[in-house]
Amino acid sequence: MKLPPVAYRCPESLDEAIALLAADDEAQILSGGQSLMPMLAFRLAAPSVLVDLRRVPGLDRIAIDAEGTHVGSRVTWRALERSHALAAAQPLLAAALPHIAHYQIRNRGTVGGSLAHADPAAELPAVALTLDATIEVAGPAGPRRIGAQDFFLGAMTTALEPGEIVTALHLPPAPATRRHGFEEFARRRGDFALAGIALSLDVTLPLDVTMARDRAAPRIEGARIAAFGIADVPLRLDAVEAALEGAVADASAVAAAEAACVASVTPDGDPSADAAYRRALLATLLGRALACALENPPAERAA
Amino acid sequence: MSRTVRFALNGVATALDVADRTTLADALRDGARLTGTHLGCEHGVCGACTVIVDGLAVRACLMLAVQADGADVVTVEGLAPRDGGLGALQQAFHEHHALQCGFCTPGILTTMHALLTEEPEADEARIRDVLSGNLCRCTGYLPIIAAVMAARGAYRREGVE
Amino acid sequence: MSRSNAFVGSPMPRIEDARLLTGGARFVADLARHDLLHAVIVRSPLAHGRILAVDADAARAMDGVVALFTAADIGEVPLIPIRQHGVPEGEAYRQPVIAADRVRYVGEPVAIVVAREAAVAEDAAEAVVVDIDPLPVVADTAISARDETLVFAAPTNRVTTFRARAGGADAAFAAAPYTRRARFAVQRHTASPMETRGLLAEWDGESGHLTVHGATKVPFFNRDTLATMLGLGAGDVTLIEVDVGGGFGARGEFYPEDFLIPFAARRLGARVRWLEDRREHFSAMNHAREMTAEMEIACERDGRVIGIRGTVDVDLGAYVRTNGLTTPRNVAQFVTGPYLVPHIAIDVAVHVTNKTPTGTYRGPGRYEASFFCERLFDMAARDLGVDRAEFRMMNLIPEERLPYPLAHMDGLDASWQTELDNGAYGEVMARCLETFDWAAKSRLDGRLVDGRHHGIAVGAFVEGGAGGRGETARMTITADGMVEVAVGSTSLGQGLVTILTQIAADALSLPMDRIRLVHGSTNLVSQGGGSFHSRSTVMGGSAILLAAEALLQAIGEAAPHHEAAGKVRIEDGMVAVGDARLPLDAFAGLVVERQFFNKKLTYSYGAHAAHVSVDPRTGDVAVLDYVTVDDVGRVINPLTLHGQVVGALVQGLGSTFLEEIRYDEEGQLLTGSFADYLMPTATEVPPVRAISLGLRPCPNNPIGAKGAGEGGLIPVGGVIANAVAAALADFAVEPNTLPLTPPRLWHLIEAGRRAASDTTNADDPTNAEARP
Repeated sequence: MKLPPVAYRCPESLDEAIALLAADDEAQILSGGQSLMPMLAFRLAAPSVLVDLRRVPGLDRIAIDAEGTHVGSRVTWRALERSHALAAAQPLLAAALPHIAHYQIRNRGTVGGSLAHADPAAELPAVALTLDATIEVAGPAGPRRIGAQDFFLGAMTTALEPGEIVTALHLPPAPATRRHGFEEFARRRGDFALAGIALSLDVTLPLDVTMARDRAAPRIEGARIAAFGIADVPLRLDAVEAALEGAVADASAVAAAEAACVASVTPDGDPSADAAYRRALLATLLGRALACALENPPAERAA
Repeated sequence: MSRTVRFALNGVATALDVADRTTLADALRDGARLTGTHLGCEHGVCGACTVIVDGLAVRACLMLAVQADGADVVTVEGLAPRDGGLGALQQAFHEHHALQCGFCTPGILTTMHALLTEEPEADEARIRDVLSGNLCRCTGYLPIIAAVMAARGAYRREGVE
Repeated sequence: MSRSNAFVGSPMPRIEDARLLTGGARFVADLARHDLLHAVIVRSPLAHGRILAVDADAARAMDGVVALFTAADIGEVPLIPIRQHGVPEGEAYRQPVIAADRVRYVGEPVAIVVAREAAVAEDAAEAVVVDIDPLPVVADTAISARDETLVFAAPTNRVTTFRARAGGADAAFAAAPYTRRARFAVQRHTASPMETRGLLAEWDGESGHLTVHGATKVPFFNRDTLATMLGLGAGDVTLIEVDVGGGFGARGEFYPEDFLIPFAARRLGARVRWLEDRREHFSAMNHAREMTAEMEIACERDGRVIGIRGTVDVDLGAYVRTNGLTTPRNVAQFVTGPYLVPHIAIDVAVHVTNKTPTGTYRGPGRYEASFFCERLFDMAARDLGVDRAEFRMMNLIPEERLPYPLAHMDGLDASWQTELDNGAYGEVMARCLETFDWAAKSRLDGRLVDGRHHGIAVGAFVEGGAGGRGETARMTITADGMVEVAVGSTSLGQGLVTILTQIAADALSLPMDRIRLVHGSTNLVSQGGGSFHSRSTVMGGSAILLAAEALLQAIGEAAPHHEAAGKVRIEDGMVAVGDARLPLDAFAGLVVERQFFNKKLTYSYGAHAAHVSVDPRTGDVAVLDYVTVDDVGRVINPLTLHGQVVGALVQGLGSTFLEEIRYDEEGQLLTGSFADYLMPTATEVPPVRAISLGLRPCPNNPIGAKGAGEGGLIPVGGVIANAVAAALADFAVEPNTLPLTPPRLWHLIEAGRRAASDTTNADDPTNAEARP
């Protein structure tokens, strides 16, 4: 399983990398290589040139400020795992990280590579969708920003134009009180999920404290839920989000969410898991992720 | 296309002529003639080819040799003391019968060496989690886990290399 | 013969380890040679068809390509022989070493490319266009049995039917107060050693000698086969064993490449290496275990088993390879394992299909048969209201009934018949139940705790060992005062060198570091058996004992004044003749060779118990506790033995939960990588307590040892499936199809829920009809 003939370039700047891509239709970006190299080994891809981003400055930066979290495309899973600031600022992303591949892969695999590879069973695209992330790209026509909801078009297919490179992932800031839940089910530790859920929501108390006691119960607001591993792209579960809006934040919400999920989501089947199983599994994972989010206020989780 | 790649290999400055498409694993085996780095799948799952690049355990089949230019690379051949014998981890594997055919062993040793160097306090759950990136068909893993647990003391004493 | 027992029975750390731990091992891929050429096999992309043309012009023209051979270059294409005698029906289904005009599975060799670099050989192989006129694909045994599309020129796709018989099953079943029938399926999977196969063949034109590195398992059979195919004498061919990365029954059989690579080396007068890559491994290496069964049990009301009968359909794949008929034979003969079952009628039909051929994988046929039997037992025990452990205790063969013949194999000669040798089956199971704490854990059985259903199970097994022809040991006293011990046994990573060194050291009263053990290669001894059927310790060890006796005698005859001094001994590393002491190197050059022949097999035995919990909403199973107790007759090295048991057990968990080779209806392989073919990893392994005993030494060999490499795997499918069934008893789940994947279990649970709410019987094909 030797690689097919391919040339290697290692540009020193983003402009040089863009120029190299522009010069050759068959050129391909090499980031961490943890998905691309196996494809080359199986000769499922045969680029003419690999353009390695490892010397392009600035792509390995994690920056957190009032505008949100900026993660350069060359940031590895390992770097994310070891950033305490990131864990505090983006707990949903932090919750997803331990599920991503294995130790050695996490040492080289990158955020940009995962986004551009767009595996429908991958964790990061779903997290990006849930968090309303923006993907920053650069190309011959200059830089642009693509919302996560517009970025993933199909299995291994993105909105990247020919010659464009993912340069960063931008996650909007989240209030410290926001709740998160992440669940996935894989055959083995580190495998791609048969199904998974990433969700965020707020639990609020009604402002009018004179309300009757039952109406003063905490309620769910602004739930954002993405499912992965069930279709050719990560999916927002709109019907579930709608069912949860304003719902009392207790076990009845979990049951309602599961019911809405079963009623509204039709997963794909494949040889590893049929559609009926995936539908039930997804609802189960949704219920567990939601229960976890409702039962664990952010302060406790951060401890 | 081929070029010369220069890196430190087990502490020794090394220059190898490699084709662009040559993986680090093949360059180590064929170019440097260090055949302890084994190829069990060549698609990044089995972990037998794991080496330590700039302190991090990585799959040498998922990295081009040219990407190692300027790096510090440690293979299984670099884990034993220079004056012979076995390193602490290797000795623990011997005593706990943590290997049978030995084909996956180099990749497990390099992975666990990198782990314990950075995290000498790793508990069983952490060791299992990291070890799940290496396939072993002979041992059933339990003796490997026992050996790694037993070797932690030596890494605590030595501190980070 | 007197001998000390300084080493046998002790947990000696392995001699093999130092090289393996430091990168100093030499696997076939590690061998360095000047002017080495690299071979790649071009394989059929289709499952069934006629080869119209092989267009290799572009490949041949590529820079660095040395040669490209097809069947046309080979002339009369040899057929791979069947290693077992006595089943002539298999002959018509043998595999040619390269496809000439017809392909029968995806991955069948069609051409061989030789180039100066491995990557270039792959480039060239990719450029070869094989034009195939497709034929209808025989994708499973049901299609095969219809014989509408014939895979061979033979009149049927059914190779043979093995028939195991004891008592009179039909009459016994007609009279039985309780019977129950069920259908079972075991999935196709594979041994998947971590090192793929590889060969390095060197042709020396001047001496006309062929040397092939990378042999293992059965080098002498393979040497004789290769020599015959190439028209060479056995003396013109040497097979060299180097380090081997696991075999588990599948590696080392004579495969097409075992001809093609030496052929290319000879034709080119060159050194040619082929290293199987993992992708081709999945279509080239033997698969195993795919079969379905319809089985029926008959019992007395108190739980005593009257009989087991049924039919099994084995999906053999496209050809009968060297050992392809071992698994079907074993399934027929071993369904009843260690249990006393008076009436047996098992028919095992062997079908060819358009898939990779199958062969043995650790516990061949026994894993499958144990699954059928143990599941039937639990179903019957529940129906009859008998505790499942008691059910087994009452049906184990009592010690006084041993030796006990297994079911007779109708139509096969005496060499295929066998009997269980000796053992305390009940005592070992009792030990297992006690260690597991069956009584206490029974309180959890079937209970729902924190959203997970708990279940326990126990099962018993026998493991055959010491099969095949004899084994040879040669001892030579060397000038440096060592004894070189050469055996025909081969090492696949099981610690053979250490174990046999322990035996030799004790037999000669020498320290282990005075023994130099070499093995496997055909130039070491005159004939050898190899390593299969859990035989290497028993056979190689017994041969060593015979050779040691002969060596002491030879030393005595060579010693001065030995007539006066009486028998010689070795004491403190010196030869003692009377009161005189002579250094061993005084006898340098003395050589003896002895062969051990064994007519009777060994049967180690034991019991396994498991505790599982099942998440009914995901179908996830967690194994919470696993206990094995076995009796191997005599323990040579507890450390390596424990390694064998635990390693086998974890493989068994892979077989039961994870591993599956899948094809589509066109015979295309869907699982061609480690991303699709799921083997256990460190996070899947449960706590294991494995206890090995030397309770009843084997009466059939001088060591008293029995095979020990497979028992850890044999009952795992049945025990785990029974624990899952026990956990899910509320849903009447009968997990009779392996592997126990989360989707499969979830569907069974859902069917059980529906059946309970409908009150009508679920139409689940895996559920059996009960006739209590």
